[in-house]
Amino acid sequence: MTILNLVFIVFLGILFFIAYFHISNYILDIYGHKTLKRYNFENSIRVIVFITPAFIVLFIFILYPVFETIRLSFYDKFGREFVGLYNYKWAVNDPEFRRSILNNLVWLLVVPTLSTFFGLVIANLADRIWWGSIAKSIIFMPMAISFVGAGVIWKFIYEYRGPENTQIGLLNAIIVSLGYEPQAWLTIPMWNNFFLMAIMIWIQTGLALVIFSAALRSIPKEMLEAARIDGASELKIFFSIIIPYLEQTILVIWTLITIIVLRIFDIIFAMTNGEWQTGVLANLMYDWMFRGGGDSGRGSVLAIVIMIGVIPILAWNLYKHRQEQKI
Amino acid sequence: MKKFSISSLLSQLLLLFFVIIWIIPTFGLFISSLRDKDLLAISGWWTSLTTTEVNEIYRMSGMESQIEEDGYFKIKGKLFEDNSGKKIESFGITSKKINEFNIGDIAIFKDESEVLLDEDGNYEWRSRTEFKKKKGKRLFTTSLSPPAFTFENYREVLFKEGIGRAFVNTMAVALPSTLIPLIICSFFAYSLTWMKFYGRDTLLAIIIASLVVPLQMSLIPILTIYNDFGALFGVAAKSYPGVWMAHTGFGLASTTFLLRNFLKSLPNEMMEAAKVDGASHYDIFLRIIIPLSIPAFASIFILQFLWCWNDLLVGLVFLDQVPSEIILTAKLKELLGSRGENWEILTTGAFVSMTVPLFIFFALQRYFIRGLVAGSVKG
Repeated sequence: MTILNLVFIVFLGILFFIAYFHISNYILDIYGHKTLKRYNFENSIRVIVFITPAFIVLFIFILYPVFETIRLSFYDKFGREFVGLYNYKWAVNDPEFRRSILNNLVWLLVVPTLSTFFGLVIANLADRIWWGSIAKSIIFMPMAISFVGAGVIWKFIYEYRGPENTQIGLLNAIIVSLGYEPQAWLTIPMWNNFFLMAIMIWIQTGLALVIFSAALRSIPKEMLEAARIDGASELKIFFSIIIPYLEQTILVIWTLITIIVLRIFDIIFAMTNGEWQTGVLANLMYDWMFRGGGDSGRGSVLAIVIMIGVIPILAWNLYKHRQEQKI
Repeated sequence: MKKFSISSLLSQLLLLFFVIIWIIPTFGLFISSLRDKDLLAISGWWTSLTTTEVNEIYRMSGMESQIEEDGYFKIKGKLFEDNSGKKIESFGITSKKINEFNIGDIAIFKDESEVLLDEDGNYEWRSRTEFKKKKGKRLFTTSLSPPAFTFENYREVLFKEGIGRAFVNTMAVALPSTLIPLIICSFFAYSLTWMKFYGRDTLLAIIIASLVVPLQMSLIPILTIYNDFGALFGVAAKSYPGVWMAHTGFGLASTTFLLRNFLKSLPNEMMEAAKVDGASHYDIFLRIIIPLSIPAFASIFILQFLWCWNDLLVGLVFLDQVPSEIILTAKLKELLGSRGENWEILTTGAFVSMTVPLFIFFALQRYFIRGLVAGSVKG
């Protein structure tokens, strides 16, 4: 496909949706203005016109796949024959699966916690310092970069050369200058997970930071002033006023990062491709989508395990939504 | 609080520490992408920031270029072109003592010819007797080389390595994948907020539930649909429209949710007044909602655009990995795997892929942050 063709179909694709809404509504406008009865009828048609495209997309890309994935998890690799719990049994006994779920749990424990913690600390520091907004910009910047791009960036930190060569990775250069042996960081089982997590924390701290910065502004200034006049140290203020006040925000950010971490794929795919025991569920699933011609049964089981991770959050969101509707 | 105190100094230092840790990785990549590609693989990027000492060997010209002047036979010339800013510190005439002479010293060879060298590499080699050798003698120099940067890598990568095309492809994926959901979700959010119909609350609950459904739940069924669709109509199953719709599907819930939150905050009286004046819902949408929603649109546009631009998984699954369709992130991943040692392509490619996000980040940071905050407040 040439670039010119590409520009053309991009333009056409966008135009299609604009045209759909404009033309259908234009017809309805002409039709509806005449009598009240027609006006009401026109309104109910209009609802259909407004929601249909979004609903079709929602149905095809979210609703149907959720049920189809559940169905496929009980079927064989081609999705043809019912095999009961076979795929689930396979998963429980598969060492790769166990390794992945363990890694996923460690990720879920470490990344949201540390990102939230760093975000909160940095937001609090930056709030009181005149060059704080520049600092926030810098720490927030990795949020704009792709996970793969971040992977390339961190390759320069973790790069390993044999002890006889000059190290071009920063971490090894530091280690060597301190008199230790250089290490191939990403190939040390278990520890390599933490080196990969560092990349994610580096990215997600920015997210926590901006949300905390916004939330910090909602703390009444008088309360902080009063505490300072009473002689409370900044550390005391942080633990006794700021943290309790931001409890809700902390929870929100923690869940937000948890959802992102649960489906983490790119960083591991780009850096180690799940080797040296770094695989997580999303990587294993991608693998099974294509390994040996693809196994939709096993892939679906893995997707469902990821889904189970978000169900508590989903239930909590729906519960909160109900509460709001009542008010 | 202008008061100077230990605690404020400590906070400043702590923040500075965080800033340095956070910026070093990106900074390293940026510097690396501007370095000479041969140096890139043999020395750390940080060495290029300071002046470094380099030892080199040059050979002076031979007998053809000699001239006769003031009773001497002289050969004049330059050891290197003066574009690098390199300054010679010391030199030698044998490989055993490469630092024997300083600039300004006269070095005397065994055959009693003399050589004078200045720091820019200009030399004057003179002898009482005529030079008889075709090749000149060797000089060993120790010079200080200042940091040198070049855009050469960028020129090469953009046009030769397919990164330029991948950039265009990514744009062709990301733009419609952002605009299409924005168009259809603004109508959807409008009807969820301002129109009354049966099943509205259920639909809203579905949207809220869909917010957290991981993309992995959809991959296998959608891929099957695409393959069946392709087989049925005999067209390439994986192509641009397919990716647009996939991104639309995965971004639909959050876009609708954010827009609805925004629309809900608009005053109801305004819509009522317009309705009394005989405006249809479409009139209201075009003339009231759109102008008022521009800031919200901007935030959502940025979020979704960055998401699509930075995505790897959707691009891997729903596009063929061929030059006319491969996106930047997939291309980078390919380079990471197969060309791990071609550092100049990797670093420069990574930076090219970051140009658009970083531009958006610096130019539209306000909207970006507003979108993130709005999206998170409700969870």
